Amino acid sequence: MNTEEFIASGILELYVYGVLPETENRVITKHLKQYPEIRTEVEEIEQALMELSGAVAPENPEHLLQSIKEKLSARPLAELSARKRSNWFTYTGWAASVILLVGLFFLFDQNRKLEESLEETRNRNIQLEVRIADARNNAEKTRRLLDILRDKNILKVPLEGQEAAPEAYAAAYWDKEKNVTYIDALGLPDPPEGMVYQIWSLKMAPLTPTSMGLLDDFETDENKIFELSNTNISEGFGITLEPEGGSETPTLERLYALGVVSS
Amino acid sequence: MQQDLLISRLRDGNEQAFERIYELYSRSLYGIIYSIIRDEAVSEEILQDVFLKIWHEAPSYDPEKGRFFTWILNIARNASIDRLRSKEYKNSQRNVHEEYFSDIMESGNQTSGKIDAIGLQKYIDILGPMCKKLIDLLFFKGFTQKESAQKLQIPLGTVKTRNRMCINKLRANVIR
Repeated sequence: MNTEEFIASGILELYVYGVLPETENRVITKHLKQYPEIRTEVEEIEQALMELSGAVAPENPEHLLQSIKEKLSARPLAELSARKRSNWFTYTGWAASVILLVGLFFLFDQNRKLEESLEETRNRNIQLEVRIADARNNAEKTRRLLDILRDKNILKVPLEGQEAAPEAYAAAYWDKEKNVTYIDALGLPDPPEGMVYQIWSLKMAPLTPTSMGLLDDFETDENKIFELSNTNISEGFGITLEPEGGSETPTLERLYALGVVSS
Repeated sequence: MQQDLLISRLRDGNEQAFERIYELYSRSLYGIIYSIIRDEAVSEEILQDVFLKIWHEAPSYDPEKGRFFTWILNIARNASIDRLRSKEYKNSQRNVHEEYFSDIMESGNQTSGKIDAIGLQKYIDILGPMCKKLIDLLFFKGFTQKESAQKLQIPLGTVKTRNRMCINKLRANVIR
C-alpha cells in the first residue's frame, strides 16, 4: 500500500472525527497497527484537534474532577451487582436442586414413616384381635363358671387353709355326672419357683390320696379356675405344694388346703 | 503504547488512569460541549456526565472501531446535542446548526476573558472562513461528509481533501 497517498487522501482526519462507517474504521485501525507513519499521522491530527477544541473551552475544567470522582464508585459497584446477579442465578439453580432433593428426601421419609406407622397399626390390630379373643375366652370361661355355680348337679366343696398356709383357701366344684372337678384356686398364694400345686382326691378311711393333676400355668391364669378330670368317688379334696412335675404321694407338710365332701 | 496501557487500565476501572484521562481530554471535550451548548454551567454539567459515562462504559470501548479520542468525542457530541434537543432547551436556545465554534469569539459572549481568546483567535485567523465551517461541522458537530457538503454547498468529493488542507494549516501552528 502507498501510505503517502493514503495519508494524503484525508481519510485519517475523518477517521479521527468519527464520521466514517464502521467497516472503514476497522480497515484504518488495521493500517494504523501495521504502518507506524500512519499511526504518527493520526496522533498528530488528534493532537491538533485537541488543541483547537481545548482553545474553545471557557477554561480548563480541573475543578470538576473532584465532584466527578465522588460519583465514580458506582461502576465497580455496578459490576459487582452484575456479578451478584449472575451468582444469584447460579445460587437459585443450586437452591432449586437442593430444595428438590430435600423435597424428595422429605417425601421418601414421609413414605417410610407412613409405612412404619402402617406396620405399627397392623401389629396393634393383631394385638387387639388377640386381646379380643382373650376377652372372649375369659368371658366364655366366666359364663361357664357361672353355669357351673348355678348347676344343681355340681357339688361345692370349700377347701380350708391348713397349717402350711392358714390364710389360704380354695374350692372344688364337682360335677359328678361329667366326672369333672373345677378347682377355684384364687385364694392360694403364687407357688414359689420350681414348685407346683397338686390336687388330690381323697378317700377317708383309710386316708387314700389319688392325684387328680397339677395346676399348671398357675401364675398366668387370670381366673385361677382349673378344670380337672375326676373319675374318683371322692370324699375330700386336698391341695399340696409339690416339686415341679408333681409327686406320687402328697407331701403332707405342705398341705395348703383341705376340704371334705359333705354327703 | 503508553496511551494503550492507560486506556486498558481505565477499562479495568483504575481511578488513577481515569484521572490521567481527565487531565488529557477534559479541556478538549469541554470545548466541544461548549461550542454546541454555549452555556458554561450547562456545559460543565454535561462534561461531568460525559466523564461518568466514559468511566462506566470504558469496558465497552472497542479499539478496533476507532481511536479512544474519537470514542469520547462522540460521547461528548451526542450528550450535548441530546441536551440541545431536550424540551427545556428547545424554546430558549438557538439552533445548533446555525453557529460555528468560531462565533464564540465574534459573539463576545458572557464568559468574557475565560476563554483562551488569544489561542482561539490565532486558530481562527489561520483557518479562514471555509475551514472554520468545515471543521466545525465535521469535528465539532460530527456531520457526515455528505451533510457537510450539502450544508456548505461544495462537491462531496472535495470534502475530504479540503478538510485535509484545513487540518494541515492547523497542525502547522499547533505542532511545534
